[in-house]
Amino acid sequence: MYKYNDFDAAFLAERNRQFRAQVERRIDGALTEDEFKPLRLMNGLYLQLHAYMLRVAIPYGTLNPDQMRALALLAQKWDKGYGHFTTRQNIQYNWPKLRDVPDMLDALAEVNLHAIQTSGNTIRNVTADHFAGAAADEIEDPRPIAELIRQWSTDHPEFQFMGRKFKIAVSGASNDRAVLKAHDLAVQIVKNEEGEVGYQVLVGGGLGRTPMIGKVLNDFVAADDLLPYIESVISVWNQLGRRDNKYKARIKITVHELGLDKIRELTEERFAQVRPTFGGADQALFEDIKRHFAAPAFRDGGTEAFDAAYDADPVFRAWADTNLAAHKAPGHAIATISIKKHGATPGDATAEQMRAMADIAEEFAYGELRISHEQNVILPHVHKNDLPAIHARLKAADLATANIGLISDIIACPGMDYCALATARSIPVAQEIATRFEDLKMEHDVGHLQIKISGCINACGHHHVGHIGILGLDRAGVENYQITLGGDATETAAIGTRTGPGFAYDEIVPAVERIVETYLAQRDGAEETFLQTFRRVGMEPFKTALYPASEKKVA
Amino acid sequence: MARAFTPKVVTANDLLEGDVIYLTADNSWTRSLSAAELITDEADAQLRLLEAQSQPKIAVGPYLADAKAGANGPEPTHFREEFRRTGPSNYDHGKQEATADV
Repeated sequence: MYKYNDFDAAFLAERNRQFRAQVERRIDGALTEDEFKPLRLMNGLYLQLHAYMLRVAIPYGTLNPDQMRALALLAQKWDKGYGHFTTRQNIQYNWPKLRDVPDMLDALAEVNLHAIQTSGNTIRNVTADHFAGAAADEIEDPRPIAELIRQWSTDHPEFQFMGRKFKIAVSGASNDRAVLKAHDLAVQIVKNEEGEVGYQVLVGGGLGRTPMIGKVLNDFVAADDLLPYIESVISVWNQLGRRDNKYKARIKITVHELGLDKIRELTEERFAQVRPTFGGADQALFEDIKRHFAAPAFRDGGTEAFDAAYDADPVFRAWADTNLAAHKAPGHAIATISIKKHGATPGDATAEQMRAMADIAEEFAYGELRISHEQNVILPHVHKNDLPAIHARLKAADLATANIGLISDIIACPGMDYCALATARSIPVAQEIATRFEDLKMEHDVGHLQIKISGCINACGHHHVGHIGILGLDRAGVENYQITLGGDATETAAIGTRTGPGFAYDEIVPAVERIVETYLAQRDGAEETFLQTFRRVGMEPFKTALYPASEKKVA
Repeated sequence: MARAFTPKVVTANDLLEGDVIYLTADNSWTRSLSAAELITDEADAQLRLLEAQSQPKIAVGPYLADAKAGANGPEPTHFREEFRRTGPSNYDHGKQEATADV
């Protein structure tokens, strides 16, 4: 993975020094809150309901063990012993004190981590497929291009005070695990007919108040044109995007209002100006970056230990069936560590658990870890023979939950338990749904079913693209939860459809249960997933189950 | 017709700690909603908010929050303010933690 050079280290040290001085000036009164706020946001520091919150970037979701240990150190030394992994491959600390934040940032800098541009109207942390570099279905590792974008976008002078934030995701695989179509801009690595690797660029995706599926702006951008092309897209939007109304400021609205063809035309015009300013330094840098992401030397050997444990131990077998994915190298697997223990807060890991995962990665997994937008941790490279030992270690750290892709593997934003923007709670809804289906012992029978919960319309919990989406709102001073069905976060991305009126806090778990019962009654055999059934039978059976009283009235 | 004024407290977050604070009748700040000043007059509420805004070295983002008189001082009328005076529901952190320590 990428290691900072002298320039990177000096840049970060200087940036942290500046922020330390800004904090001091705010405390002594030289800066007003209005002056300080955009500065702290650019450095990842929010002020939430109960405390400050520091959002640390985990660029393209990749961590090495020392970085994970540094995240544990922050949790233990300056927070309450845990951190919260988010849907944007960040980690958030919910309880830092203002005076401690510069020290936290310095501790992060020691392991090449930062909180720059994790907030504010800037280009945010670049996200990527969490199986990058390991997946069997990958054309090329997307992380070098993500790192190039990170370096280019960090402190980019043109893009520090935009009309709104801008989110970029990158993937090199045929299966979309990075929710590309829900991003302002997405880069999909593709091969053309000549076999050359290039980039398909999508724009205008986004969730929030006005959910939109991203559209293909350019089918094939050549490798050396990518950065100037992205710069042109953002430059066009930065000039034309609406600044009169923050709810209409994102590029999805600009694309919607001007049309994709117009955006393409303007981008081409801008590209003609921008391209000559890229003299090849970016490509030289890209070649250097690529070397940092060379795959480890995967070891040879059979999988006898794995096979024996799989046959003998039903607990291990259940975990292997849900938490492993296909790896590109023979004898290897990708292992997902669930941060979704039933009844626990989705995405929360303690400092001890972070250290346990760091140790496991170091001893068994070529020193690599990933964070997924689904709020889980990945061991991207594991030889299958090591999996029984890894599983035992995960059990000891209370990290061996076997539920990846199942109903309890819920995405949930912090909601009104922490977030100043939230209109209702998300976390306890997720906790209760997971606990309920664990009690019913139903989730393995139900199979692949993604529930995504947001505590406000901004949709950090990706509810629009959940198979079952839940949106918490404030209806006349009471928490109320709207349900959408049929959302899809993959390459066949779709925005879910609302079922109808929302549900009170104490009605939402029974409502989800009725939806799942309806699916089980309607499905065409155990092989048909929830999403497939929904697409086949439509909304009506679910509506009938959710709103029996109104159904009677109509009849 | 303008909506009838409902009682308010002035609340903000503490600059250094980040936690929830409330303005008291003697112009100091308290961590406890029950010790806050309950303001029942609309004009007075605006003046008290100005007072809070004049203390930027202590209070960040002061605003008027609805509250009602209770047996032990002001109480929240909206669930958001209930969470702010208590803490999150997934852990006993925040103000409820301080209460548990007593």
